[in-house]
Amino acid sequence: MTATTYPLDAGVDVDAPAPSLRMRRAVEDGAAVTGRNLRGYLRTPQLLVFSSIQPVIFVLLFRYVFGGAIRVPGVPYVDFLMPGIFAQTVVFGAMATAIGLSTDLHSGLLERFRSLPIARSAALAGRTTADLVRNVFVLVLMCAVGFAVGWRVHTDIGSFLAAMLLMLAFGYAMSWVFATVGLIARDAEAAQALSFPVLAPLIFASSAFVPVTSMPGWLQTFARNQPVSAVTTAVRELTLGGATVGHVLTAIAWCVGIVAVAAPFAVRRFRRAV
Amino acid sequence: MRDTPRTHAIGTDPYDIRPPAIRVAGLTKRFGDLTALAGVDLEVPAGSVLGLLGPNGAGKTTTVRILTTVIAADGGTAEVLGIDVARSPDAVRDRIGLAGQYAAVDENLTGRENLRLIARLTHLPRGDVAPRADELLDRFGLTDAANRPVRTYSGGMRRRLDVAAALVHRPPVLFLDEPTTGLDPFGRSNLWEVIEDLAADGTTVLLTTQYLEEADRLADDIVVIDGGRVIAEGTPTELKARLGSTVVELGLAGDNDAVRATAVLAPFGVRRPTRTGRVVHLELADGPSALVQGLRALDHEGLEPLDLAVREPSLDDVFLALTGRPASDGDGDDERELSTTGGAA
Repeated sequence: MTATTYPLDAGVDVDAPAPSLRMRRAVEDGAAVTGRNLRGYLRTPQLLVFSSIQPVIFVLLFRYVFGGAIRVPGVPYVDFLMPGIFAQTVVFGAMATAIGLSTDLHSGLLERFRSLPIARSAALAGRTTADLVRNVFVLVLMCAVGFAVGWRVHTDIGSFLAAMLLMLAFGYAMSWVFATVGLIARDAEAAQALSFPVLAPLIFASSAFVPVTSMPGWLQTFARNQPVSAVTTAVRELTLGGATVGHVLTAIAWCVGIVAVAAPFAVRRFRRAV
Repeated sequence: MRDTPRTHAIGTDPYDIRPPAIRVAGLTKRFGDLTALAGVDLEVPAGSVLGLLGPNGAGKTTTVRILTTVIAADGGTAEVLGIDVARSPDAVRDRIGLAGQYAAVDENLTGRENLRLIARLTHLPRGDVAPRADELLDRFGLTDAANRPVRTYSGGMRRRLDVAAALVHRPPVLFLDEPTTGLDPFGRSNLWEVIEDLAADGTTVLLTTQYLEEADRLADDIVVIDGGRVIAEGTPTELKARLGSTVVELGLAGDNDAVRATAVLAPFGVRRPTRTGRVVHLELADGPSALVQGLRALDHEGLEPLDLAVREPSLDDVFLALTGRPASDGDGDDERELSTTGGAA
């Protein structure tokens, strides 16, 4: 603030709310925005189709069409496939974060939020939390589809739940990546277009659908050392057995690392964009 | 504060010594190389309506966005009800309502859900959320459409819902950024009535518009900005007297008559009348009485107008008078767009 042409008196006593109230409001505001976003998903069938029907089609495609041609030593292909499908589902689902945020940004809704006495975190937290909740439903659906086509968990319930939690954590982390994409993109269509080149290599140049060893050497290096492969490997081991703590820790490290890098980016973009 | 009973029209009371509801001093803002605000000063007395006029890119929206804490100014001060918007944005947000240029409502939610969401986000007591939403739906004639998703609404309905959303927490100060742009005449007059009601209830309103007619009808005071500066201010009457007087177009029998009429009418215009063919364009200095006198003078000289058209000054006339260029000749840059993409450049 520079010097003013005449002095302005602050005539009103303004007390900042107590930290406890701020905290409670941040949670309440985040919950209100989350609820609003979830309603939005229920009312935009194309997004629901995108995040649920599409992975179902992938399951059927890989299980019954391509699966026969893919050889994975030692395990039935369907058991190899499903963890990859889960990863694909949550990563593609994260695109909805980009589309949703972009839509809100360009409709002026985020601007309105910004003029309201709500927690600054509400818009981003509400969006990523809604995507987390949506992922819970989509993963339940995918498990059901998986079981229907012959997928079996060879370990115990604890490992299975750990696998699901890992997937949700990964989906949540990816939401923050795509939040940034959504805030950079010119509009919702651009957000979608911009997301795909990020997603495709992550999903397809990974161990999600085929063993990495079937790829050319130069691609293997990338495919072995990227988050989708790391998470898929950990979930595979958690559901097939032979889980090594190391792989699970690597997957967790990826999730934490992605949030640590992407969230500050998204928050900064958000502050600048609105 | 927000429920203070108001028994008289506040802005008009000469003994009202409260600070202005809105006070802006030396406000500056740049977006990259573009200077959006080059030092804007304005004051809005509590309970009055200010019309902020200007062409696209003049800085109207930027001013509103700073006052509503959406963006930060580069310099100067902005206060709402004596509260500095930069120092205490949350306290300001508690006391203001904003309806922007784009109806900022959620397409997928129903009208009722939109208002309830805003009621929750403005921390209305839980028991008040539903009644307040219903009250506003009723007031804005949206009760019948309350349970329909907003994407089925007409432009006018969206805009009304948007204004309703700005009123949910009963803000004493309301910002309306081009509230009637894109509305049909019916939707426009409908919204004007709503704004008049709010003003009558004592709400302070800052309204941006490109339409002089709108500012004329709603505003107690008008501030005209262009290129990020205030270029004129006053009551609508003062401004019209100064800027865009009533324009009369008189068609005479032929070019020669028109040339003579131009000379005869000169004393009655704010400037020398201009002529296009047989038509004389006269900007009246003193409204109807000048017209009557002018016609008498023509009659005295044996000049008879064959046709006559009177039109009220438009913002274009105002701008032409103030800046020597038409209002619509701006670069048309969308300020919102500039600010959202500015960071990426």
